Amino acid sequence: MSVPVWNPAVEFMERETLERLQFINLRQTVAWALKTPFYQRRLAEIGLTHPEDLGSLRDLRKLPYTTKDDLREAFPDGLLAVEREEAVRLHTSSGTTGMPTVIYHTRRDIDHWTELVARCIVAAGATAHDVFQNMTNYGMFTGGLGLHYGAERVGMLVIPASSGNTSRQIHLMRNFQTTVVHATPSYLLHLHSALAGEGVTVDQLRLRKAFIGAEPHSEETRRKIEILFGIQAYNSYGLSEMNGPGVAFECVYQTGLHLWEDAYILEIVDPETLQPLPEGRTGEIVMTTLQRQATPLLRYRTRDLSHLVGGNCPCGRTHRRLARLNGRGDDMLIVNGVNVFPSQIEDALMKMPEVGTNYLIQLEKRGSLDRLVVKTEIDPKPFTGDPRDLDDLRERIGEALRSAILVKPVVELHEPGSLPVSEGKAKRVVDLRPAF
Amino acid sequence: MAEQLNVFVDNRPGRLNAVTGVLRDHRIDIRAMTIADHGAYGVAKLLVSDPRLAHRALVDQGFAAALKPVLAIAMEDRPGGLHELLEVLAERSINVLDAYGFVVAPGRRAVWCMEVDALDEAARLLAARGLEVLADHVLYRLEAE
Ligand SMILES: [Zn+2]
Repeated sequence: MSVPVWNPAVEFMERETLERLQFINLRQTVAWALKTPFYQRRLAEIGLTHPEDLGSLRDLRKLPYTTKDDLREAFPDGLLAVEREEAVRLHTSSGTTGMPTVIYHTRRDIDHWTELVARCIVAAGATAHDVFQNMTNYGMFTGGLGLHYGAERVGMLVIPASSGNTSRQIHLMRNFQTTVVHATPSYLLHLHSALAGEGVTVDQLRLRKAFIGAEPHSEETRRKIEILFGIQAYNSYGLSEMNGPGVAFECVYQTGLHLWEDAYILEIVDPETLQPLPEGRTGEIVMTTLQRQATPLLRYRTRDLSHLVGGNCPCGRTHRRLARLNGRGDDMLIVNGVNVFPSQIEDALMKMPEVGTNYLIQLEKRGSLDRLVVKTEIDPKPFTGDPRDLDDLRERIGEALRSAILVKPVVELHEPGSLPVSEGKAKRVVDLRPAF
Repeated sequence: MAEQLNVFVDNRPGRLNAVTGVLRDHRIDIRAMTIADHGAYGVAKLLVSDPRLAHRALVDQGFAAALKPVLAIAMEDRPGGLHELLEVLAERSINVLDAYGFVVAPGRRAVWCMEVDALDEAARLLAARGLEVLADHVLYRLEAE
């Protein structure tokens, strides 16, 4: 069987050549980084002032890590390595929380990103003959535009459907004979359950492949999607700090996600000790950009957990594979396809004087949909004793949250001091959704 | 005017006990109790022998508690008694928000407690009809004479 491939020269490149390429691009990236106020300071601390100070690829280990907090601190332009005029796009995280991050792209950066996405699409067996319906959010979320550009470059017929509106999605799929979709796994399950209501059967669709990502899911879920629709589903991994989608993707063999090592240096480290972990051991994914001029990132701690798959893939690609993601250390929650940050919920709650300090965010599954429950304590001081005031408070909290996070939660009021006290944000989130 | 103690309680086992436990520890007697149930939470409404002390004790223990004035009407414990009382309020379009009663002496004396939206006016009207609106020092010392 011949393996579909977009860029054979790079995708099958000998490891030795690939690593030489990485070293050249790492020096280039450090040169770019040294143009940013953030890295000038950070690299000066380790005595690095010229890219030539790096003698080999192994010197990467001498470089400092970069964290999400660093990105927040450097916001908006502390990590910008080009003149603003040279940038053609930015993607910023939700700014409503007051702690946003931003990634800038030059035209060349977008071009590189698009190339990576095109490789992914073709590796998963899609071609210029496919009709591609992109069911992820356009706009700031990188999944929409990222896949869109890549699919156009491959030459697919692209339907920029964006997320939501299930009825319309189904009719687009039927009317235009969509063959490939990009969506979250939970949304595809939801879409399947909605088919009957639209009077559409799977047989009336021409779907053959799905790209799934943006939320952790199990192998069972992937297989379930494949069986329900009679298709192949391929895992996608990306994060906005590393452009978005196109970082790593499954090939037709579905044996792990090839990470494009000409564009990123991958490390897996122990999240506590930050020591590199051997192949097969699960740890935090750390990545260094090699092709992004506008916002170079060195040893970025993704907070995502995974491990490297050993051995060679039957497809022959030399780029190593990440195992399915073991979870997301990241604090972003995905609720019915909408990105929600606990900090947004906290901010909205803390603006209301009747609300106490402790709160708990609970995610549940109702059928194929997520249910967001926000539990808050009431503050004893403003308590009037009138149950109607409490109902009104619940209503106002629900409304404030809906306008902050675009998801209407179920609000529960609790006695002062009854919810667990926690320092870390992560402990305020309880995800009861089955890790499907 | 009598004062009723309203306490926010989670709707889960043991929470009401926690409230009554605090009252017991302060030797406070509970005359009557009702709960406005709102699903995951409720508001316990209590008539107690010393509402101020009870309020302070509960707040000290971290409860959300508030004192609310209520109408407490002493009535004969006989059929039709409550109806007459409500007629008076209905004539003046006074809205009853919550109400509960308890018997002090079976067949003789009952107390009807009401949260209404025009408390002072309601008290005046009922007093003018000869009904006994209890001040709390009276209410809390009622005996089954
Ligand atoms: Zn492969």
